[in-house]
Amino acid sequence: MSTATLDVHEVPTGSRVNYLNAQYGVKSWLLTTDHKRIALLYLFSITLMFFVGGTFAVLMRLHLIEPQGALVQPETYNKLFTMHGVIMVFFFLVPSIPATLGNFLVPMMIGARDLAFPRLNLLSWYIYIIGAIFTLYAVISGGVDTGWTFYTPYSSSFSHTSVIPTALGVFITGFSSILTGLNFVVTIHKMRAPGLTWFRLPLFIWAIYATSIIFILGTPVIAITLFLLGLERLLHIGIFDPAIGGDPILFQHLFWFYSHPAVYIMILPGMGVMSELITCFSRKRIFGYSFVAFSSLSIAVISFLVWGHHMFVTGQSIYAGLTFSVLSFMVAIPSAVKVFNWTATLYKGSISYDAPMLYALGFIGLFTMGGLTGFFLASLATDVHLNGTYFIVAHFHYIMVGGAVMAYLGGIHFWWPKITGRLYPDGWARFAALVIFVGFNLTFFPQFMLGYLGMPRRYAVYPSEFQVLNVMSSAGASILGIGYLIPLIYLTWSMRYGPTAGPNPWGAKGLEWTTPSPPPTENFEEIPVVTEDAYDYAHSTVTRG
Amino acid sequence: MIGLAKFGSTFLSSVIQAPQLRPEAASSIAEGVDHLYFVLTFITLFFTIAIFSTIFFFMVKYRRRAENEVPPDTEENLPLELAWTIIPTLICAGLFLWASSLYFENSRPPSASTEIFVIGKQWMWHIQHPEGVREINELHVPEGVPVKLTMTSEDVIHDFYIPAFRVKKDVVPGRYSSLWFQATKAGTYHLFCAQYCGADHAEMLGWVYVMSPADYETWLASGTPSETMEKTGEKIFNKLGCSSCHQPDGTGRGPSLVGDYGKEEDLKSGEKRLVDEAFIRQAIINPNSVVLKNYPPIMPTFRGQINEEQVLQLIAYVKSLASEERNSNGK
Repeated sequence: MSTATLDVHEVPTGSRVNYLNAQYGVKSWLLTTDHKRIALLYLFSITLMFFVGGTFAVLMRLHLIEPQGALVQPETYNKLFTMHGVIMVFFFLVPSIPATLGNFLVPMMIGARDLAFPRLNLLSWYIYIIGAIFTLYAVISGGVDTGWTFYTPYSSSFSHTSVIPTALGVFITGFSSILTGLNFVVTIHKMRAPGLTWFRLPLFIWAIYATSIIFILGTPVIAITLFLLGLERLLHIGIFDPAIGGDPILFQHLFWFYSHPAVYIMILPGMGVMSELITCFSRKRIFGYSFVAFSSLSIAVISFLVWGHHMFVTGQSIYAGLTFSVLSFMVAIPSAVKVFNWTATLYKGSISYDAPMLYALGFIGLFTMGGLTGFFLASLATDVHLNGTYFIVAHFHYIMVGGAVMAYLGGIHFWWPKITGRLYPDGWARFAALVIFVGFNLTFFPQFMLGYLGMPRRYAVYPSEFQVLNVMSSAGASILGIGYLIPLIYLTWSMRYGPTAGPNPWGAKGLEWTTPSPPPTENFEEIPVVTEDAYDYAHSTVTRG
Repeated sequence: MIGLAKFGSTFLSSVIQAPQLRPEAASSIAEGVDHLYFVLTFITLFFTIAIFSTIFFFMVKYRRRAENEVPPDTEENLPLELAWTIIPTLICAGLFLWASSLYFENSRPPSASTEIFVIGKQWMWHIQHPEGVREINELHVPEGVPVKLTMTSEDVIHDFYIPAFRVKKDVVPGRYSSLWFQATKAGTYHLFCAQYCGADHAEMLGWVYVMSPADYETWLASGTPSETMEKTGEKIFNKLGCSSCHQPDGTGRGPSLVGDYGKEEDLKSGEKRLVDEAFIRQAIINPNSVVLKNYPPIMPTFRGQINEEQVLQLIAYVKSLASEERNSNGK
C-alpha cells in the first residue's frame, strides 16, 4: 500500500507536458490566461468562501440549540445570517459551477483551445477577488446586519453596520459574472468545433448558455440597485426611504428582478451537470434531448417574470399577486420536464453506482422536494402564512444546497480525474455523499415543519415550543458540516497521492474525455471534427481507462 | 377536481392529528388554508415518492452487469413528453385556481368590520382601538367578529403575523396596509414580526387575546379611561391650527373637511382621488402633492411634527366629521 502510493508519487503524471506542469511558480498562475488554470483559481477561491460561509451557518445552528440563544448576542446573530447569505449567494453559489466547471469545460466540450477572450476571463477572476476582499473587509470591520436582501429603509437609513463595503463587494463581483457570461456566450456561438451543431452540444453547454444570458441581462440590475442604495445611504438622496421621499417597496422590485433569476443562475448549471452525470453512468443518450435543452432556455426567460412572488405580503395589488402566482407555477413546468427526462434516461440503461452518480441521485430527490415545496409559495393563500417563516428557508436550501451544491459536488467528483489527472478514493466519496444526504435532510426537513408551525426566520431567540425541531436541525447541520469536510480532505489528498487517472476513467462520451488527463495547455493537439450526437453511447464501444 | 382534492385533504387532516405538526387554527380562514396545505403536502409526497421509487427500481433492475455493457438506444417518445408536460400543467392550473380564489376571498374584509390601528416601531407593536384604548405588544379582539387592522410603521418595514389566524401583512413606513381576520376560538395566540427589522427583531413579539364579545366589551370599558381616537384627533386638529384654514362652513382658506371622507376630489393636476386614509395622510405629510383644484398650494407640511399615531388620530377625527354630516343629513 505505502509503496504503491510512493510509486504513484514518484512517477510524474504521464511525464508529458500538461496545463498543470507546463509552467511553475506563483506568477505563472496569477498571470495565466489558460481557462483551465483560471478555473482552478476560481475553485480555490470559492472553496475558501464556501467554508467561511459554512462556518457562519454552523455558528447559527449552534446558537439556535436553545430558545434564548446559546452562543451570541442577537446583534451578532443577525450579522451571522447576513454574512452567511451574502457570501454563499454572491461569492459561492453564483460563481460555483459556471466559473469553475464552466470555465474548465466549455472550451473542452466544444472542441476549442480556450474561451473567446482569455484575458477578459482572467480579469473576471481579479474582479471577483476584489469584490470578495471588500466583503471580507466588511466581515472583519464588524460585519453587516441587513440580511442578504439589503431591504430598505433598514439598510439605507437605520443599520449602523458595514453596509457600504458589503454592497460594494457585491456590486464589484457582479461585473465578474457579466464578463464571464459574455465570454461564454461568444465562445459557444463562435468557437464550436467543425460538425458540432447546436443540437449536438452537451446539455451542460445549453445550461451554461442559458445561465450566461441571465448573467448578462440580470446582473446590471442588482448593480444599479446597490448603487442607488449607496447613494441613499451616503448622500441621503430619497430613493427608498419614505422619510426622505422614497419608496421602500421599489427596492424590493429592483432587488428581486435580479435575485429571482439569480436563483436560476445557481440551479441551471447544476441541471446541466445532471444531464452529463445521468447519461454517463447509465450509458444512455439523454431522453428527450430537445425538451431538456429548451426547458433551460424557457426557465431563463420565465425566471425574469416571477420576481413579484417574493412580495405577495407587501401589500401589492391582488391582481399583481395573481399574475406573479400564475407565472411562478409556469416556471415549475420546465423543471418538472427535466426531472422526468432524467428519470426516463435511466430506463434500460447500464447503471453504475460511482460516487458522482450518488450525488446526482441525491440531487434529483432533493431538487424534486425543493421544487414541489415551491408550489406552497406560488399558491397565494398558503404563501401568506408561510412567507417569512422557516418554510422559506427550508425551500430554498433544498434548491440551492440540496440541488445546486449536490450538483456542484457531483460535477467536481466527475471531472476531478480530468482536472487533476488523479483519482480519489471512491469508497470515501460514496460515504461522503451519503453523509451529506442524511445531514442535509436532517437539517432542513424540520425547518419545513417549523415554518408551517409559524416560526419566523431570522430570529435570534424563539418561543420554546419550537426547540425540539430546532435541535434536530442543528444536529443535522453538524452532520452536514462533517459531510462537506470529508471531500475537502480526500480530494486534497488525491492531488498528491491519488492514483494516476487515464484519459477517460468513467467511459464517458464528450470531447473533454478524448484528451489526456490532465489536458495539455492547448486542450486538443488537433481541433476535433464532430460527427455524432451527444451521449451516443449506443453506437460505440465504451472503455474505462 | 377541487372536490376530490378537498376530500383528500379532509382525509389527510384527520390523519395528521399530532399537535406538533399543525399550528393552532383559530380564524375563519385557517381551515381553508390548511386544506390547501394538506393537498400540496400530498402532491409533494406523491411525486417525490413516485420519482424516487421509479429511480430506485431502475437502479436495481438496470444495474451494470458487465463492465463493457452497452445498452441499446431508447426511442424518443413524443406522447410521453407531452403527457408529462401537460399533466403537471393541469395540476398547476388547478392549484393556481384553488389557491387564488381562496386568496381572493381571504383578502376582502367584510364591510362591517371593527377597525383597529397598528403602528410598528423598532421593536414593539403599538395598537390603538377607536374607543381610545391603547395596547403595547398585546391585541385584544372579540371572537366571531370581523376585525380590520390598518397598519403603518414609524421606521423600517415590519410584518404583522398571527400564525394561528394564517394572516400576515407587511407594515410599511409611509403607507397604510390593511389586514383582516375573524377569530373563531377564544384563546391566546402568538403575534410575530415576520420581516427582519434590526437588532431585536426576534423580540418584537406579542400576544393576541381572543375574547367573547361580552368579555371584550368589559375589557374595553375597564381599560384606562381615555378619550376616543377622534377626540384626541380633534385636540391635535385644533392645537396644530388646522381649524383656522379648514373651517367647517368652508369659509376658511382650505376646504371644509366636513363630509370630505369617502368623497372624490379633483386635484390641480387633473387627477381624481378618493379621500381615504392614505389620501389624508399624504395631504398632511406632503400637501403639495395633493393640492385641490380650486385651492392655493399654501398648506405647510407636518412631516416630523407629528408621529404616525397622531396622523391616525387626525384621520379618525376627519372620518368622524364625515359621519356627523351624514347623521345631520339623516335628521
